[in-house]
Amino acid sequence: MSKAKTVGDLFLTFMKIGAFTFGGGYAMIPIMQREVVDVKHWVTEDDIVKLLVISESTPGVIAVNSATYIGYKIAGFWGSVAATIGVVLPSFVVISIISLFLVQFQALTWVTYAFKGLRAAIAVVIFNAVFKLTKKTKKDAFSFGVLILAFLAAVFTGVSVIAIIFIAALLGIVYGIFKSRPVQGGEADV
Amino acid sequence: MFNLLLQLFWIFFKIGLFTFGGGYAMIPLFRSELIGAGLLTEEALIDFIAVSESTPGPFAVNIATFVGTLNGGILGAIFATVGVVLPSFIIILLIARFSSRLLESRWFKMAFVGLRPAVAGLVLAVAFSLGAVRIFPLLNLEAFHFDFSVFDWKALAIMAFTLTLSRLVKKVSPIALLLIAAVLGILLYGLI
Repeated sequence: MSKAKTVGDLFLTFMKIGAFTFGGGYAMIPIMQREVVDVKHWVTEDDIVKLLVISESTPGVIAVNSATYIGYKIAGFWGSVAATIGVVLPSFVVISIISLFLVQFQALTWVTYAFKGLRAAIAVVIFNAVFKLTKKTKKDAFSFGVLILAFLAAVFTGVSVIAIIFIAALLGIVYGIFKSRPVQGGEADV
Repeated sequence: MFNLLLQLFWIFFKIGLFTFGGGYAMIPLFRSELIGAGLLTEEALIDFIAVSESTPGPFAVNIATFVGTLNGGILGAIFATVGVVLPSFIIILLIARFSSRLLESRWFKMAFVGLRPAVAGLVLAVAFSLGAVRIFPLLNLEAFHFDFSVFDWKALAIMAFTLTLSRLVKKVSPIALLLIAAVLGILLYGLI
């Protein structure tokens, strides 16, 4: 594919992602997995994990971070510009129009009902994203333990996501060092 | 006019620079920066939070477009939106450009063994918290406030339906699921 075509493709794909990202950045993960990993094969599931780690440790909204990062990886600077404008454009257009008649929009009760339904399903599509994210994870006690700890910390405590990510990275490094050193009487399997 | 555009750009640039994670955590910052500067009223902010829930896009971008339009028309919207997006654009561009060696390093590969399940846990946590609050609107998990007195069975029904559908039809896209859920929402909340 020519470079210009790829840049145009990035713009359109991220516009689609932006148009359907309701209710917070995590809601775009399942849509991104579908459009960018499954359909376009631009990046892998592991890249999505890296993207989330980077997004959560840097300022800015996940949608913009993801578009800039993937856009750059696929087509360099202009790729990142195209993807970023693409992901922002739907909300820009919708909000500019709505801000002219904010009150009327809120009065549309069927819109409210549609969004109540939509918000319930967002939980489900995000839940489905977890299965894809864990596809390449080793099914061992360490992975399982880290997953559960991160889950519990995020749901029931006010611990920041950055702290959770930092601790998980440290645990990974400690685990890696521990595993690569042959233990007496045991076998190192790395 | 030009001063107003610069002011909009600068305020939202600062907001973009200090937005970590979710947009709602930033509401105190919006309040002090925007209401303090006279660009937005408290009532308009509260109304807008509700509207933003029902429109696509990240909250920070939405409110930039909204406040920009209110105060400076379409040009104002452009300056504010570019302002809020620019900090993360620049930072991510630098990371994408210079991080490949770090991301390929032995240390990062070890860290990644911990990061992969942790990110899955974080995503699962978002799904769980969102789902739980839809079904029991008065729950506050973070504050250990377990109030199950309000129960929205319609939300539960929509979740059960979309979850079953996504298990049965493996190829169904998340966008299709969301659209189906919107129709279900109109039917269940509007007609029953």
